[in-house]
Amino acid sequence: MEKFVRLTAKACPLMMPNLNTDQILPARYLKWSRAKGLGAVLFQDLRFDGDGNARADFPLNQPCWRGARILLAGRNFGGGSSREAAVYAAYDHGFRCVIAPSFGDIFAQNAVKNGLLTAVVSETDIAELAAAVTSDPERLITVDLDRQTITCGDRSYFFAIDSISRNQLINGWDDVDLTESYRDQILAFTAEDRIRRPWAAPARR
Amino acid sequence: MSEPRTLIDKLWAAHEITRREDGAALLWVDRHYVHEGSFHAFSQMKARGREIAEPELTFGVADHYVPTRGRAAGIADPEIAAMVRNLEANAAESHITLFGLHDPRQGIVHVVGPEQGLTLPGLLIVCGDSHTSTHGAFGAYAFGIGASEVAHVLMTQTLWQRKPKRMRITVEGKTTPGVVAKDIALAIIAHIGANGAQGHAIEFAGSAIAALSMEGRMTLCNMSIEAGGRCGMVAPDATTIAYLTGRSYAPKDADFERAVEAWAALASDASAAFDREVTLDAGTIVPMVTWGTTPDDALPVDGRVPDPAREADEARAQYMRLALDYMGIAPSTKLTDIAIDRVFIGSCTNARIEDLRAAAAVLAGRVSKVPGLVSPGSSLVKRQAEEEGLDRIFRDAGLEWADSGCSMCVGINGDIVPAGERCASTTNRNFRGRQGRGSRTHLMSPAMVAAAAVSGYLADVRPLLVGRKP
Repeated sequence: MEKFVRLTAKACPLMMPNLNTDQILPARYLKWSRAKGLGAVLFQDLRFDGDGNARADFPLNQPCWRGARILLAGRNFGGGSSREAAVYAAYDHGFRCVIAPSFGDIFAQNAVKNGLLTAVVSETDIAELAAAVTSDPERLITVDLDRQTITCGDRSYFFAIDSISRNQLINGWDDVDLTESYRDQILAFTAEDRIRRPWAAPARR
Repeated sequence: MSEPRTLIDKLWAAHEITRREDGAALLWVDRHYVHEGSFHAFSQMKARGREIAEPELTFGVADHYVPTRGRAAGIADPEIAAMVRNLEANAAESHITLFGLHDPRQGIVHVVGPEQGLTLPGLLIVCGDSHTSTHGAFGAYAFGIGASEVAHVLMTQTLWQRKPKRMRITVEGKTTPGVVAKDIALAIIAHIGANGAQGHAIEFAGSAIAALSMEGRMTLCNMSIEAGGRCGMVAPDATTIAYLTGRSYAPKDADFERAVEAWAALASDASAAFDREVTLDAGTIVPMVTWGTTPDDALPVDGRVPDPAREADEARAQYMRLALDYMGIAPSTKLTDIAIDRVFIGSCTNARIEDLRAAAAVLAGRVSKVPGLVSPGSSLVKRQAEEEGLDRIFRDAGLEWADSGCSMCVGINGDIVPAGERCASTTNRNFRGRQGRGSRTHLMSPAMVAAAAVSGYLADVRPLLVGRKP
């Protein structure tokens, strides 16, 4: 997994609350393999009308935010379905960080497994950040995971992230490799557990 | 004496293999359910050249993409057919038991798991689907995971997790006639918000919860995720044990007795502390419907949709304008003045036998004013409903009686609500485009969907229940 330490990039504001994973990636694209790349259909039904025309007023369609790698979002971003492909779509589109007042729990967990940082800030701070990049879309924002800060012009904001996700992103840890190093503990656990909970295995039919 | 513990504390402790310094715990997974959408995870596993760790603890179910009509003829759409075939191939290759398209036990994973006795109290259960919270109804720690976590479980039968905070939602008192688990769920979500339980494991408690059947508890726990809670749970009791007795994969004889003893100890200790407590009075809950595009937009059916002009919070007013515009509803409209185009009875939320009985009780001897689809939660539920003659009631009312699958809840098998149409639905999400691009969804209980069907409008089921056994 790609590490996340520090990022300086343009930030695109998408401030409606409750942008759930059905909006991030409509279900009809869930059949697509990762190899196909899901960036092109990120927010598909918000970005394009029923005839496939780009909606000019949708921030991601505006030339000034082309190349943005940070997304500023409203409350409860990524709630709903557990589809990890919603994270793939954001990542494949080029985003490496989403800043919002809150995230869906499963989305946040999926994000960290793919090197996408979910940074939590207050409603006031996200509003300030959104206002700053709306008035000056070329403005670069710096997200520093080690210090848990977001710098925008002469303002600096603290963001929250749980220590587990922070560790994983900074170190680029691979869960499966890590778990391998606990093989002995797993074997000891299952040996005891079979005695403690003999009823837990599916019954032989 | 040890410190008093809650249900989630006990479930967590029973599965913790080790804990890192940063607080991440490695947890043992007792049951893992996979479906067609799990293909990313199988690909990840293969890309690493790895094999499944515990094939006997993983079960596959074909539900998300399966056709609900004309199943015998095969699947016309080649892409959808490939999804179902891919699951079959992955299950065969990994030696996983599969309840496939033509298996008599096939159905929606969150209906099949409990029905087969695979879901048990005290287990840790995961699946690459957010409605895995359903299984918490049994007093299991059950939650949805993404593809990377599915792959991790396939390869190791474990998961790294951070312990959630504890939230208890207590619903005391007796519900009034016509009010069911779905109404309780929508009332809770409206009360705490669509992200009200974020970061928390919900425990549902109180006399109104204890009075619910297992079907009702599953509906309630299913909707936990719509309140932002990754898992919801109810402590096991006599209702739970009665449901599990004799189920195919449930423990037998001495094992069952031993299990029952262990399950009795799972309930939260009397003085155990929760991080957050919410209390509702069951007697004040009335039949609920949603008006907007998130599940917390739920209102008593006798109410009116909000008027953004009267909303003080400008951000909230802006949301209301967008939602009402998408839904094609004028501000302040009486909910019962909203005409519908179709109905859907189905999904992991509300397609169990009790749900079909409740809808049929309203529809019997009546005719639906709109077209509609009824997709039972599993093929076994379908068979039982047919034995009870419920299929005739649905058909006589003019609704289509179909096979089992996720169907029109997520719309990826081809069962969609056409753009601009309004559907009264027993499902779990009224998101924009959830039932198909441009679809407009109103969530409600199965009996309320039946009431909407016979009225042609969103409707209060209560007058229609007069003189009938609900």
